[in-house]
Amino acid sequence: MPRLNAATRHRVAFTLNGKPVSLEAEPRLLATDALRHGLGATGTHVGCEHGVCGACTIQIDGQPARACLTLAVQLEGAAVTTVEGLAPERDRLSVMQAAFRRHHALQCGFCTAGILVSLDAYLREQPAPSEQELREVLSGHLCRCTGYTPIIRAALEAAACLRGEPLSQPSDREPAHV
Amino acid sequence: MKIETISWTGQSLERVEDAALLTGRGRFIDDLGVRPGTLHAAILRSPHAHADILAVEVSAAAAMPGVAAVIIGRDLARLTTPMVAGLKVAVENWPMAVERVRYVGEPVAIVVARDRYLAEDALDAIEVEYGPLPCVVDPLASLQSDAPVLHDRAGGNLVSDRRFRYGDPEAAFADSAHRVEVTIAYPRNTGAPMETFGVVAEYDPHEDAYDILANFQGPFSIHAVLARSLKVPGNRLRLRMPPESGGSFGVKQGVAPYAVLIGVAARIAGAPVKWIEDRLEHLGAAVAATNRVTTLKAAVTADGRITALDWDQIEDCGAYPRAPEPATLYRMHGNMTGAYDIASIAIRNRVVLTNKAPTGLVRGFGGPQVYYALERLMQRIAVELELDPLAVIRTNLIPGGAFPYRTASGALYDSGDYVQAFDLALAEGRLADLEARRDAARAAGRRYGIGFAAVVEPSVSNMGYITTVLTAAERQKAGPKNGAQATATIALDPVGSVSVHVASVPQGQGHRTVLAQVVADVFGLPCEAIRVVVDLDTGKDAWSIASGNYSSRFAAAVAGAAHLAATRLRDKLAAIAGSQLGVEPAQIGFAGGAVFAKGDAARTLPFGRVAALSHWSPALLPAGVDQAIRETAFWTPPELSAPGEDDAVNSSLCHGFIFDMAGVEVDVETGKVRIDRYVTMHDCGRVLHPGMVEGQIRGGFAQGLGATLFEELAYADDGAFLTGTFADYLLPTATETPDIEVLHIETRSPFTPLGAKGVGEGNCMSTPVCLANAVADALGVAELKLPLTPARIAALVAAPEPALPETHRQRTGGLGAAKPGDRALRGQGQAEVAAAPDAVWAMLLDVDTLASIIPGCHGVSKLSETHFKADVTLGVGPVKGRYKAQIRLSDLDAPRAATLSGSVWGALGTGGGSGRVTLTPAGEGGTLVAYSYEAAVGGKVAAIGGRLLDGAARAIIGQFFAALARRASPARPGFIARMLGRRP
Amino acid sequence: MKPAAFDYIRAGDLSEALDVLGRHGSDARIIAGGQSLLPMLNMRLAKPAVLIDIMGIAGLERVGREGDLIVVPAGVRQAALMKRPGLAGEQPLLAAALPWLGHYQTRARGTICGSAAHADPSAEIPLCLVALDGEVRLRSRRRRRSVSAADFFSGMMVTDKADDELIEAVAFPVAMTGTGYAFREVARRHGDFAIVGCAAVVTRDAVHLAVAGVADRPQRRSFPPLAGSALTDALNGFAWELDARDDFHATARLRRDLVRSLGQSTIGEAQRCLA
Ligand code: FES
Ligand code: FES
Repeated sequence: MPRLNAATRHRVAFTLNGKPVSLEAEPRLLATDALRHGLGATGTHVGCEHGVCGACTIQIDGQPARACLTLAVQLEGAAVTTVEGLAPERDRLSVMQAAFRRHHALQCGFCTAGILVSLDAYLREQPAPSEQELREVLSGHLCRCTGYTPIIRAALEAAACLRGEPLSQPSDREPAHV
Repeated sequence: MKIETISWTGQSLERVEDAALLTGRGRFIDDLGVRPGTLHAAILRSPHAHADILAVEVSAAAAMPGVAAVIIGRDLARLTTPMVAGLKVAVENWPMAVERVRYVGEPVAIVVARDRYLAEDALDAIEVEYGPLPCVVDPLASLQSDAPVLHDRAGGNLVSDRRFRYGDPEAAFADSAHRVEVTIAYPRNTGAPMETFGVVAEYDPHEDAYDILANFQGPFSIHAVLARSLKVPGNRLRLRMPPESGGSFGVKQGVAPYAVLIGVAARIAGAPVKWIEDRLEHLGAAVAATNRVTTLKAAVTADGRITALDWDQIEDCGAYPRAPEPATLYRMHGNMTGAYDIASIAIRNRVVLTNKAPTGLVRGFGGPQVYYALERLMQRIAVELELDPLAVIRTNLIPGGAFPYRTASGALYDSGDYVQAFDLALAEGRLADLEARRDAARAAGRRYGIGFAAVVEPSVSNMGYITTVLTAAERQKAGPKNGAQATATIALDPVGSVSVHVASVPQGQGHRTVLAQVVADVFGLPCEAIRVVVDLDTGKDAWSIASGNYSSRFAAAVAGAAHLAATRLRDKLAAIAGSQLGVEPAQIGFAGGAVFAKGDAARTLPFGRVAALSHWSPALLPAGVDQAIRETAFWTPPELSAPGEDDAVNSSLCHGFIFDMAGVEVDVETGKVRIDRYVTMHDCGRVLHPGMVEGQIRGGFAQGLGATLFEELAYADDGAFLTGTFADYLLPTATETPDIEVLHIETRSPFTPLGAKGVGEGNCMSTPVCLANAVADALGVAELKLPLTPARIAALVAAPEPALPETHRQRTGGLGAAKPGDRALRGQGQAEVAAAPDAVWAMLLDVDTLASIIPGCHGVSKLSETHFKADVTLGVGPVKGRYKAQIRLSDLDAPRAATLSGSVWGALGTGGGSGRVTLTPAGEGGTLVAYSYEAAVGGKVAAIGGRLLDGAARAIIGQFFAALARRASPARPGFIARMLGRRP
Repeated sequence: MKPAAFDYIRAGDLSEALDVLGRHGSDARIIAGGQSLLPMLNMRLAKPAVLIDIMGIAGLERVGREGDLIVVPAGVRQAALMKRPGLAGEQPLLAAALPWLGHYQTRARGTICGSAAHADPSAEIPLCLVALDGEVRLRSRRRRRSVSAADFFSGMMVTDKADDELIEAVAFPVAMTGTGYAFREVARRHGDFAIVGCAAVVTRDAVHLAVAGVADRPQRRSFPPLAGSALTDALNGFAWELDARDDFHATARLRRDLVRSLGQSTIGEAQRCLA
């Protein structure tokens, strides 16, 4: 039975966005601090450290989790996905990310990482969500900037797009590309 | 060649900021690397609302592993001076308590350690001995002559009292057909950005200079306050802002005191120090909007026309009037008549201090407090005069042709057509349909109401408005303050690409995108060719005291300054191109990445070539052009003059207009409010980016909704802070925030370079009162206190409560709080003990017995015959903490009765209580021990574990007496159960 | 806001976990989903010396059936129970209550047994256990025992679990034919702890109403199938008996009112299911 002593650091190994990683962690090190300051994955944000704001949401083995309510040592052997792992390439955006940008679904962008990670997990479970279902999923996140509606619009549009439905006509808020 | 002319400005372009933010590559303060060897700070905070600091014992903490320094108020006082305030009063504004704490959450000590975990470990080892003082949390109570005084040298808690008079209010009231009055106690709330404060500070002892990185938002007038407090000239305080900030809503002005604290910590520790505020610290001590008690009276004609207003505002700035306060009170000074044409006003403004966290900038900044009173008054006028509320609003609106319009108190409303906007809102917002919904709901027996609010949204603050708090003579002495310097720099590099820099420090408002649009239009370049940098460094960038991202000044002032700088540079480029192409500069055009002679398509140069010329071949510069490499523009509007002799002040440059309309349904059973429809009409002048304007409106609405239904920074009467987590300070989520309808009209501001006005704060001002008016309409009530919680709503409509059935009488204790805000826990109990009163009495005075019956006791020592000290571990469920306790016995009536008082303090907070114990002989040599008690708990555990407290305190008190009973009569079982059996 | 130091033990099987728990008693805490414990660790409200992670123990993650009981072992996450095929038929009360429990993101981590162990008086899982007269299965090195839900919850975050015991599983009775179930809750926002939560279990000859959020633990009352003013009186008596208190989120009065009104509508809904 592995017993990890409080005062020493222990090697924790897992995969982060598909790549094997490891770091040395005391048992009490929070996953947020491990990801951000231990591994430099600063896309996952910290807004409350008590599990309410959702800014720190990551996926552990495909399921959403509050990184602030997770110990780094609990990540041992897991497959962790963070916002850095959502885009198909470094210089591209995922369908959802692109929809967020089109709909101005972010302002300061501090809450955004957690929301994208949650939606990514949820749409795998429910590819055709209703607006109400999306609102309920989003109720696990606090956004202080947007008033949520643009996020809902972006998520509905991205879900449709991921289902292979054609994009609806660009609304009049869309940029007139030159 | 074909020249395209596209105006980027006014389009909802995708934001340049977004790709990085969406992929996790944002650069917020805690995402930036720090220098090797950087230490981390944690802050110990006061559990008391008001107490003298008798002793601070730091040696144990200082000796802990990884700890580099422990800093207390005395150290701070040695190296700094108090922060200057806007008010001339004898109050020392220290960023950390020096001799006395004045609010729960006030910093008391800083630990600097190798990492944050170790720093927090050491916090737990600091022992502070407090001498609690009586406290005051209510602004009205604070004005009473017997109120505890926060700052002895100030002589009282009233730190400013000014009266103003514009027009002839006395005559208007004397002549009025009606007087209508409202009294409002507006609660405390805050912007609660999702990112908390952060500071990284470094001190150079050889240069006596501070380099401080902080997610500060301005106003940079605070830079002067900080430098002075740190006792260095301004050029030795280099303040830097990170590229990204996770929201602010005014609040990140409040990081300023921590710049001093962490700066000093770095100086003492001799290493760079980083501090990231946690959410508990943020809610308890960052920045609150002021709570305010307002009495507003109107003199009204028979047909609902207002001839005068009489304002009495009592502003609660918390424990310290921290700069820029009392700005919240004066920001609206020119706008006290709102959207209405009212000739006369009387105003009395008082500022009081209370034992609560200091206040500061929060989105809306004075507007919510003012409009809640003003627009509730408009609704009351309609109700009391039996007029249509819309008619009352329309009659009083400033008429269309009256702009620019000078208000009674001195504001110059730049542009608008309020009546047209109002009429359009009713039509496009489908008022008739809303009324039909209301009628149908009411016919079905449901409580449905419609509310309105008309609001003028000021933006681009006059730096001089705060001086309205001083008398004209005091202002004279201090020298006039005015204006709103905005600045922007445009630079061209050797390949002719364009960079823009502004002193605006955005927190999510997309400044980089909008500036690129504005500048691209000036140079005829594609938007993506412009690079914009918005992180600010006071050591090398252009800035002024007005710089920063507040008072919605970006679109109106900062984008305008960028336009100005770009235009100046373009004019130079036109001169250069003109000399190259042999045409007059006036004949030079810029479009599609080319510089050309208008009307002669053959004569054209690539933009980059012209733009790079100053670098490569300055000899070719035409006469009169020094360089076309970098242009810094400063812009301040002449309309923002200093307050006049008569105290009239143009407090802001721009004035947008908002008219809101809401339909709500109230469920009287659950006390919940459902928003059926919300329409908001805006005139914010020229719209530079419709998507961002809509974002500001929706975001402002959501915060207004929070203020209406959910959010309050709540304090108990004993000064305990009650809403320290996001489980108690409730922000609206996606399930509470409805979609809204946003409408626009556009009257451009004649006073700003681009015709734009601010738009970011309006719905924080209009939404709370619009929704409250709708709820008042639904319930037919006159008084509503925000936030409209289910309990408050239900209480407004509650019928008398069904009584406790006779059959149940014996089974309940009938306990509970006596009045709202009184958190005292009261209880009683009794037990029969198989020992005589004498024996029980002796036990109560015996150290060994006490040691065995005090819950979680690690040992008792006797300070006197009736005074004991103990170390205890207390807890309920998993919540456990170690405390120091004192127990005193008084009013001794041996062996019949005694008063037992106790207090405990520890890292989780403090508790105190007292109880009367009576011993009565009961059959067979036994004793009936009866007790009643009153107890209260404060500090961290009150702020974060409110729901737990009752249970914990009761359980602990119960355990004490149960143990007493057990000890007295170990043989008889069942007592404990009987004693604790008080609850069903 | 960082936890105090603790040792962390990843238990390989139950007996290891019980050994450690037996040695450390109240200084040790079990961690499963961590959704209640971690906030308390981060705020340093709790400072255990040892955390015992039981999520690696095989066999604790599968919901099972024992006759008329749905047995939910300690490793079962809330989302897993919610997604159990056929749950709405198997126990409609659980299916109705689970979506009210926190948020999508916390249900994905939080466990059913963890919620029971936390014993928040407003929480849905303790309420359902009490309403259904479920049982809590405790285990220590010394013994295994099963406690009825009513006896298990003894106060605000206080339970009958001894320091050396852990919750091995909780068991919910499956739906009985001829019984109606309903769940209703009023909270300030979606996903918040209930101001008042009601769970009704109704048969032809009895009404059981359990209430969360009012007393210091969920409380259940049973009456004959009353109607009209008799029902109103019974609910009024129940409302008063619960000794509601004012707190920051609601008044005692609102809580009593909700016991009366929400209690009635919840019973009504359960009766309609019966019909
Ligand atoms: S930081 Fe984890 S939920 Fe807020
Ligand atoms: S975009 Fe700022 S908090 Fe959501």
